[in-house]
Amino acid sequence: MISFLARRAILALLVLITVLTISFALTRLSGDVAVSMAGPAASQEDVETIRKAYGLDRPLPIQFANWVIGAASGDLGRSYLYHAPVAELIKARLPITLTLGLTGLCIALLTAIPLGILAAMNEGSVLDRAIMMIAVIGQAMPSFWLGLTLIIVLGLRLQWLPISGVDTWDGYILPGIVLAFSAIPALMRLTRSGMVDALASDYIRTARAKGLSRASIVLRHALRNAAMPVVAVAAVQLGFMLGGSIVIEAVFSLNGVGYLAWESIAKNDFPVVQSVVLFLSTIYIVLTLLADLLNAVLDPRLRTA
Amino acid sequence: MPEPLLEVSGLRVRFGKNVDAVRGINISVQKGETHCLVGESGCGKSVSALAVMGLLAKGATRSADRLSFGGQDLLALSERQFSKLRGDRMAMIFQEPMTSLNPAFTVGSQMAEVLQRHRGVSRGEGLERAAALLAKVGITNPGLRLGQFPHQLSGGLRQRVMIAMALMCDPELLIADEPTTALDVTVQAQILRLLMGLQAELGLAILLITHDLGVVARMAHRVSVMYAGEVVESATAEALFAAPTHPYTNGLLRCVPVPGVIKRGDPLGSIPGTVPRIAPGYAGCAFRDRCDHADASCNAHVATQQIGTDHAYRCRLSADWVQAA
Repeated sequence: MISFLARRAILALLVLITVLTISFALTRLSGDVAVSMAGPAASQEDVETIRKAYGLDRPLPIQFANWVIGAASGDLGRSYLYHAPVAELIKARLPITLTLGLTGLCIALLTAIPLGILAAMNEGSVLDRAIMMIAVIGQAMPSFWLGLTLIIVLGLRLQWLPISGVDTWDGYILPGIVLAFSAIPALMRLTRSGMVDALASDYIRTARAKGLSRASIVLRHALRNAAMPVVAVAAVQLGFMLGGSIVIEAVFSLNGVGYLAWESIAKNDFPVVQSVVLFLSTIYIVLTLLADLLNAVLDPRLRTA
Repeated sequence: MPEPLLEVSGLRVRFGKNVDAVRGINISVQKGETHCLVGESGCGKSVSALAVMGLLAKGATRSADRLSFGGQDLLALSERQFSKLRGDRMAMIFQEPMTSLNPAFTVGSQMAEVLQRHRGVSRGEGLERAAALLAKVGITNPGLRLGQFPHQLSGGLRQRVMIAMALMCDPELLIADEPTTALDVTVQAQILRLLMGLQAELGLAILLITHDLGVVARMAHRVSVMYAGEVVESATAEALFAAPTHPYTNGLLRCVPVPGVIKRGDPLGSIPGTVPRIAPGYAGCAFRDRCDHADASCNAHVATQQIGTDHAYRCRLSADWVQAA
């Protein structure tokens, strides 16, 4: 168990180093940063001043080393655009992105698990096929399109929910639904297949032979086993949601980390871009590690091994 | 003879539309007796047991002329009412001890919940009873075992746990479906001895399903031999081993070195072929293709013949054919 976790942690660290390198390299490859920062009207001298001021005249390995050392100590550099430390920019926007991600995850789990159970209990029936159809549609639907459709129907026509911003809590509902939609198909399939296996298992036959109630058989004995992979995948999905909320934050004008990334990419604010990439990747890596840990905690065969 | 505890008559099970797994069998089990249901793989023994317990998988349909337990008509019960009987007055243990316990819960919690469900007691009382029963089935250090998960136990221990779990509510009937098949020989003997001891102590009626005639010889008061979904011979254990009458029973007995039945030096036999799949509308004796004594009359319906009051077999041959042959 401990060696299993240690292996996972080392793997996570390697992934992190790779991400650091790639995010640094990509921002340098997208043209001369000093030129694009200085703007079209700047003279050669202005460009050189900027190059010097931001340390862009130094060799790349040194720039990289400076960045890694800075990042490790929490200093992600300064934004050209906001003239503020990147760490503070991210910190200010994080609550919105986190709330959005968790809302999306809750909606996804509350939809996917009951539907998955229902489909498994009626395996092969019309209901099962209808539910799986929803999964296919959900997987095929682009989130910006779904977002705009929901804005038009629920926001503008019916006026049930606000269409942008999060001045009130219900501002999270529409973007949360859109975000959830991308996670629902995978979670639902996993719940369904896990439940189908569990319900056909010998231990469920034993549970029935013990005369347990249907609720106890399905929700306790079967779901407990089917839920192990679902919980782990849900943690990974949360990582996807936090990182993948760029489109949704743009569509719904939410001033979160995703929106910050989008804005800084458009304006070539490279310290912000590479930091946001690093930050979101770190969250993703941590959540994946957490998923392994959760699996180990939930499955007694792993826990006591 | 007193009213049997379990009385099954005309039990039929069909899988989908095309396979008749059980074709009108009659079985009765008296209080305190062991009734063995014997036959080779695929003859419908396990399916019959599951049908009696109301545990058939989806796609299997059950019908019966009579299915009564302790004077209660099981056919009239709703699934909900039936579930109140299962685990309480009738219990079952299975062939697969490795997979029959839920891997996600401790032994204690799986045992305690039976008592919690049927007696409405607290978890603590359930665990207390569970510990007492684990000790009764010969598990040392029950306190430790209660907190363990199934994967931490050996197959023999798991089967003991299954037996103890089946006894949680003092059932009147225990259906044991090949309880020792997956275990090694020494553990087999221990489990069988345990079942016999529990029967003597608790007056338990046991319906024991097995393909092992050695087990039958040790355990059974009554035996029903099944073939292709039918009971082809039924008798007290003594009568069956003394005078096996159906050609299939004879074939089975020649295949197994049961002490006292097969003499030292006799060659062991085998029955060529396998159990046929029976589709609805099948007529005649299902064993005729594998039988040395079959003739044209075996293609038509074969009546059941009686020897005395307690021994019945389904074959065209007269009762003394074995001696004549």
